[in-house]
Amino acid sequence: MSKTAWETVIGLEVHAELLTGSKIFCSCATSFGDAPNTLVCPICSGMPGTLPKLNQSVVEYAIRLGLVLNCEITKNCKFDRKNYFYPDLPKAYQVSQLYSPICRNGYLEIETEAGQKIIRISEIHMEEDAGKLIHDKRDGTLMDFNRCGTPLLEIVTEPDFENEVEVLDFLEKMREILVYLNICDGKMQEGSLRCDINLSVKKEGAELGVRTEMKNLNSFKAVARAIGDEALRQTQILSRGGFIVQETRRWDDDNGLSYAMRSKENAQDYRYFPEPDLLPLNISEAWLSEIKKSLPELAHEKRSRYQNDHGITPKDTFALTEDKSLADLFDDVIKNGADPQESAHLICGEIKRLLNTAGLAPKELRIDAKKLAQLVNLVIKGEINRSAYKETVEAVFNFDVCPLEYIETKGLRMQNDDNLIKKAAAYVLEENPGAVSDYRSGKDKALGFLIGQTMKELKGTGNPGAVKKVLLDYFEA
Amino acid sequence: MITNSVTDIVENSVTHSVAPSITHSVAPSALELAALLKAKKISVAEVLDHYFGAIEKTDPHLNSFLALAKESALAQAKIVQEKLNLNETLSSLAGVPIAIKDNISTQGIKTACASKMLDGYVPVYDASVVTKLKQAGMIVIGKLNMDEFAMGGSSETGIGGPVHNPWDLSRVAGGSSGGSAAAVAARLVPLALGSDTGGSIRQPCSFCGITGIKPTYGAVSRYGLIAYASSLDQIGPMGVNIDDCAALLKIISGPCEKDSTWVLDKPFDFKESQPNRLDGVKIGLPINYFADGIDKEVAESVLRAAKEFENAGATICEFEMPLLDYVIPTYYIIACAEASSNLSRYDGLKYGHLSKNANTLDEIYRLSRSEGFGIETKRRIMLGSFVLSSGYYEAYYQKALKARALLKKAYDQLFEQYNFIISPVAPTSAYRHGENITDPLKMYIADLYTVGANLAGLPAVSLPCGFDSEGLPLGFQLCGNAFKEADLIMASRVYQARTGHHLKKPEVDF
Repeated sequence: MSKTAWETVIGLEVHAELLTGSKIFCSCATSFGDAPNTLVCPICSGMPGTLPKLNQSVVEYAIRLGLVLNCEITKNCKFDRKNYFYPDLPKAYQVSQLYSPICRNGYLEIETEAGQKIIRISEIHMEEDAGKLIHDKRDGTLMDFNRCGTPLLEIVTEPDFENEVEVLDFLEKMREILVYLNICDGKMQEGSLRCDINLSVKKEGAELGVRTEMKNLNSFKAVARAIGDEALRQTQILSRGGFIVQETRRWDDDNGLSYAMRSKENAQDYRYFPEPDLLPLNISEAWLSEIKKSLPELAHEKRSRYQNDHGITPKDTFALTEDKSLADLFDDVIKNGADPQESAHLICGEIKRLLNTAGLAPKELRIDAKKLAQLVNLVIKGEINRSAYKETVEAVFNFDVCPLEYIETKGLRMQNDDNLIKKAAAYVLEENPGAVSDYRSGKDKALGFLIGQTMKELKGTGNPGAVKKVLLDYFEA
Repeated sequence: MITNSVTDIVENSVTHSVAPSITHSVAPSALELAALLKAKKISVAEVLDHYFGAIEKTDPHLNSFLALAKESALAQAKIVQEKLNLNETLSSLAGVPIAIKDNISTQGIKTACASKMLDGYVPVYDASVVTKLKQAGMIVIGKLNMDEFAMGGSSETGIGGPVHNPWDLSRVAGGSSGGSAAAVAARLVPLALGSDTGGSIRQPCSFCGITGIKPTYGAVSRYGLIAYASSLDQIGPMGVNIDDCAALLKIISGPCEKDSTWVLDKPFDFKESQPNRLDGVKIGLPINYFADGIDKEVAESVLRAAKEFENAGATICEFEMPLLDYVIPTYYIIACAEASSNLSRYDGLKYGHLSKNANTLDEIYRLSRSEGFGIETKRRIMLGSFVLSSGYYEAYYQKALKARALLKKAYDQLFEQYNFIISPVAPTSAYRHGENITDPLKMYIADLYTVGANLAGLPAVSLPCGFDSEGLPLGFQLCGNAFKEADLIMASRVYQARTGHHLKKPEVDF
């Protein structure tokens, strides 16, 4: 064997379940975890004589994603039938798009060690999901049609990946885009985001090798493990002088290995043909530009805006955009006139801490951005101090209190009145002669104690700077 | 109170311009019946009683019905009668009984497409056309026999056994809507719904001497029609004359949100006018239809019909129908391809026939389907699977789509010159049972004159035009441009006003 290194070549098929609320060809609701066969009707259960009626939101979602991934939009795209027999497919065909998918020839940039890299998207097509088979030891195999007709987008890439790091970065970016576009919740464990891997290995400079397709990958971790394992399996076979069988394999994440499901010889002939029950679409230029206009700002766009326009640190920009709800909150807060940097600190710090304590996900957060903006401005202007700020934020978070009312009732407004501070300081100095002499004898620490006591005397509302100044003035006098 | 029989009243109240020569008993047309109901000269219950009696007496000889829906019909009759009593306007056919081909879904009434594969299947929903019938106050009385899954032209292939032609019981009623045609011809029901994928309304109408309309593709909702070939199937009316059919088409052509291929923005509205002349109308006559393979008497009867249009002022223009050699292969490739996919869902798991011998998933599919489907259905599924399979798709299916597009274009050009095209419906009159069933090719070729309208999505009517020397009815076809149903109906009215072929009824006192 030659000594040149083995290279891995990977392409992806990503399936995203859409958040359209209703199914692709009927008005049944889509959801996860409902009692079996409760979200079904004659159409999605494939009863004889029923016909599909296309949910326009599915088309809109596909176009949104296509535009973001720099695709050409096929204005007269069509649906096709993919025919195969399986009990989870009640019509015995899946309505999909083979000959004329809605989006073509796009790309997504990913970060690699060597810099940015373009991953080409060959197509995105719309299709319906199948149902689920439940294998039960006592009752045998049961069918649940709830998922039948759930709208999916299948995103197909060119074989542009070299390793699992690139794949994971792509998937993270894809997930982020889907979530920011609000078209998919991106949960791999629940199956709303799925990924099949096409992988082959070859010697550097050689033609593409024979590939296998890996299915049943339910987490990013599983994707990474499966890529490593399959690349190794193929390399070992080829190094021994063996050959790779073109086949579909199933990843077993519990045991960390894959096994063959079916080879190409046994591959099904899906007998694709145009779906006669649906007319070709006619996507108008007007609709397209309307969708273009309505595209939300994506995570990476938000990050650069935060950094360039508002001077937020890169670390905070990632912390803010990690979840769209936090980024949205940040935008709302600064829209209400709050200082951006202070707002970023508030959300990445106190708000996240409060969410953690409450055991809430960011999207469950219900907080009035106007009130937060008000608080940020109060602390910046020095009208409340940090501890009052923290306390009021918590009260707003937990009880949706009115910040100003809360501050007044609790007497939290910062005390800038020199006379009041002087009065409190005089009292503290008189009460703590030990500390006074300590400071005078050079123990600087004692000043902190005296500031603390004065603050206490002012019920925490004192401006720490003003208090310090009053005390220093006393010692220097 | 109302004790007269339907026939008595009609005999006393209706005078026919042309005296029926083969008449045994006089039954009213659907519109005449509706008028009697509206005038409360008869009750809906009495009408039902009459027809259920006629079916009971006569249908054992014809085998046109697969299921009767007495209970639901009586229940609906009661509701409709109440509305009629309150002089509520439901439709021009309120209270009139109708029977439905067995491939159109009827909630709570068995719908099996005359197949063992769907034996025992009871739909949980009504087809859109059935909903519209009910809204119009029509009474669904039962389901009609047909060729299994609408695949055939003789109504012999269904699980319920062959339909017998009321004009000669040893002969077929045509197909696939043979039950619909036989029942209407024998006056067992005033109107029926059929479906037409390649001639399945028009040819049995011709064989049984009744009138039928295959509407433009997209004019009538297919929701609930159990698909044979989705891009070709259309539901249409079958009745004793064009006015009844037009009234029914008006009702079923209303809007439907559930069918994406339904394209009318509102139901048809046909003017009530009764013109006698067709001056200025141009009718194309494809002379190559009359070459080889057509029965001489059939050809002559169609030419006589053309002459009648000429007498009414129309101009008959002979032309050569293009692409004729491609019509049958194109049709069978497309229809079978779609059928192979449409019929894949039948596996016995949720409804229909499940093999008792199946132990594995593979056996469930293989055995249930092998046992459940008849030979003609299997033949078409296999043909369709073949033309769609990898490596053959381009050679067959894609070519067929191209041929279909060419044919559509050819028709477009023809209708720039002609208002209608007149042609035979079938090359022969009704043949004997078993005569063609063993020779599928012969049966496929017999669809030559009808499948063009399906491939091009055009409307066509089938009208009776006389009898052959054996006393069997003959029909002809008038095809129009897309959505020109109103024109077709107008021309048909002129023809039927000038002739009496449609008034003749078979002797049904078996």
